Amino acid sequence: MLNILDNNHDDAHDGTVNPVEQFLRSDRMPHIWCPGCGIGTTVNSFAHALIESKIDLESLALVSGIGCTGRVAGYVKLDSFHTTHGRAIPFATGLKLANPKLNVVVYSGDGDLSAIGGNHLIHAARRNIDLKVICVNNLIYAMTGGQTAPTTPGHATTSTNPYGTFEPAFNLPHLVEAAGAVYVARWTTFHVRQLARSISEAFQKKGFSFIEVISPCPTLYQRRNKMGDGLDTMKYYKEKSKVKHGAPTSEVGLTLNGEIVVGKFVDRDRPDYQTMMRAQYVESLGDRYLGDEVETECVCG
Amino acid sequence: MAKGRVSIVVERCKACGFCVEFCPTHVLALSSAFNSKGYHPPHVVHPEKCSGCDLCGMYCPDFAINGTKIPQDKVPQQKVAGGEK
Amino acid sequence: MKADPHGVLTGTHFLDGDHACCEGALAAGARFAAGYPITPSTEVVERFAARVPTVGGCFIQMEDELAASIALQGGVWGGAKAFTVTSGPGFSLMMEHIGYAAMTETPCVFVDVQRGGPSTGLPTLPAQADMMQARWGSHGDYEIIALCPNSPQECFDLTIKAFNFAEEFRVPVMFMMDEVVGHMTEKVVIPPADQIEVTPRKHTHKSVEDYLPYGTNGDMVPEMAHAGDGYKFHVTGLTHDEHGYPNMTPQVQDKLVRRLQNKIRSATDRICLFEEDRLDDADVVVVSYGITSRVAQRAIDAARDRGLKVGKLRLITAWPFPEKKIADLAAHVKAFVVPELNLGQMVHEVQRAANGQAKTFAVSHAGGGVHNPDEILNTIVEASRC
Repeated sequence: MLNILDNNHDDAHDGTVNPVEQFLRSDRMPHIWCPGCGIGTTVNSFAHALIESKIDLESLALVSGIGCTGRVAGYVKLDSFHTTHGRAIPFATGLKLANPKLNVVVYSGDGDLSAIGGNHLIHAARRNIDLKVICVNNLIYAMTGGQTAPTTPGHATTSTNPYGTFEPAFNLPHLVEAAGAVYVARWTTFHVRQLARSISEAFQKKGFSFIEVISPCPTLYQRRNKMGDGLDTMKYYKEKSKVKHGAPTSEVGLTLNGEIVVGKFVDRDRPDYQTMMRAQYVESLGDRYLGDEVETECVCG
Repeated sequence: MAKGRVSIVVERCKACGFCVEFCPTHVLALSSAFNSKGYHPPHVVHPEKCSGCDLCGMYCPDFAINGTKIPQDKVPQQKVAGGEK
Repeated sequence: MKADPHGVLTGTHFLDGDHACCEGALAAGARFAAGYPITPSTEVVERFAARVPTVGGCFIQMEDELAASIALQGGVWGGAKAFTVTSGPGFSLMMEHIGYAAMTETPCVFVDVQRGGPSTGLPTLPAQADMMQARWGSHGDYEIIALCPNSPQECFDLTIKAFNFAEEFRVPVMFMMDEVVGHMTEKVVIPPADQIEVTPRKHTHKSVEDYLPYGTNGDMVPEMAHAGDGYKFHVTGLTHDEHGYPNMTPQVQDKLVRRLQNKIRSATDRICLFEEDRLDDADVVVVSYGITSRVAQRAIDAARDRGLKVGKLRLITAWPFPEKKIADLAAHVKAFVVPELNLGQMVHEVQRAANGQAKTFAVSHAGGGVHNPDEILNTIVEASRC
């Protein structure tokens, strides 16, 4: 006879509720992510950052692309948009420009953001659009069955490189720093509190913030590469991560089973897109500039 | 006297083992019980060691567990797993 | 509701179609556009970029059409009326996101100033060869509305109509111009704002608890909310239920996709706009749209001068196709003559709708110029003899 330790409801019989629960669409639990997948863990850090930063949830919008991480949008109880593959960032840009009061988070995966979405990633960073981008990097295209991603380390086995990858992988922090991001950090799903802190810091910044989170994909990446399960991967993160705040991003590339440099790499200030836009129009047009805000009456009557 | 208490939503658990591994005071172990999907959820084996730090909650990818601090004027009856494994 | 005066450039102007289209968008209340340069459409957003800072709103030139076509939708969900402009190669790139707009029921306008194709084709010369693509270019089952202006004045008037249809039906509307209409300069009269009817967004007034993002009260078009309004709703391109949650079963798919289709098809009497002339005694009807309709007019008049009983049906709405009108006409005319700046696209629809009751003659043209009216006249003569 099994000894059920607790109830089956989202709040415990003794009335305590997980602080993350308020951000979840509880009616859609349990979610589809695999046992040992780290995406849910990143959502905990995100939720804690929201609590810590006292973000107004009603003016927070979350935009995701396609892939396992893209499913985050459907599980959070926020204005959330599950868009097309690679295009979360331009959608988010439109959202932010039409309603500058919104806090816009892009939550998507490494393949979505750096392969098909790569062009949009670099341009949004260049423009310094005020977006908080959380890139969950499981080094693979997981949802579609484990294909090579631009972030897959060399000599890994994937379904489209069955004899091993041989391409150099993107060093995402380096890429977005070079493109112009004002805040760049990397953590793993082991670093739950540091990740929450980084997300909070990103909320305090105006401009393009990029937080990469290395996460297990036990079903595909780890399994095909005989790296154990999610827990084994978390132990590897614990053992092989090195915190190096301010490390040159050119030196934080990832290798198969190698050291993972984590930390806050870039934290700088430069005016965000909308600040520059308004300044330019004011300089050119003076009083004739009527601003970028869309009047609701003009749309809704 | 325990400083914290763990709540587990058994049906959400996928037995990844993160909470068991990363609890700083080793409060948890995977049980031999199983939920309707066939996963072995964790159970509390050392309730007295729970500090309510909620690292279990932060690590859990399935939102199936969390720890809360107990206001120290209250004496809780934390359930203990017995007789398994 | 009436147009917002900030966006209405009341007066008599001498404008080309591209510029008139921009003014139409502003008059309709568009305050956000995302674009990418492509001949012969670029002037629409160049003008918008110059006008919108003094009207109130925002324009951004994105890094490609893929970005532009989805950024405008972010703008819509952020609370704006929004559009983009492009031509053939860019239209092809935008197809995925046209489907996304249809699936998520995002009201917006895509302007295609058609040019010679395929591929890079004839960037500075006209064609009408994207007509089928406008209807079927994205994958899956979905409906769109497509309008075809034939003058700069119509580029102004019908752009407003396009935005109004978009809001009424929560659908992406394709505004199918061509390079000649876009670059010809004519008189454009812009009335005072209080004479311009603009359809407001169907924004919900329901409470947060009661609001269902994709629930309908029998009229097939759900009420909308914007990000930041407090509804905490979810939008996805996955097949979804009334909550907007992914629900990937055949039953939900059937219900959703049929509603997306029926919300348009049940309203064709309102949506299918056309111009007709001398159909009552016609043996032959010339069916045309866009710039070709103006050339066709010359041929029709010449045919009438010769005593041929020719009528005119000008499609203002190309999609949904006015099947009923064609079927009604097919019952008492001998033939349809369909001149197009393509090798036969809308002519297939005419033939389908005629259903064997009348003959159909295409007057095709590979693009790069407009028909010589004699080409159309000769086919009218041939059709009259059949």
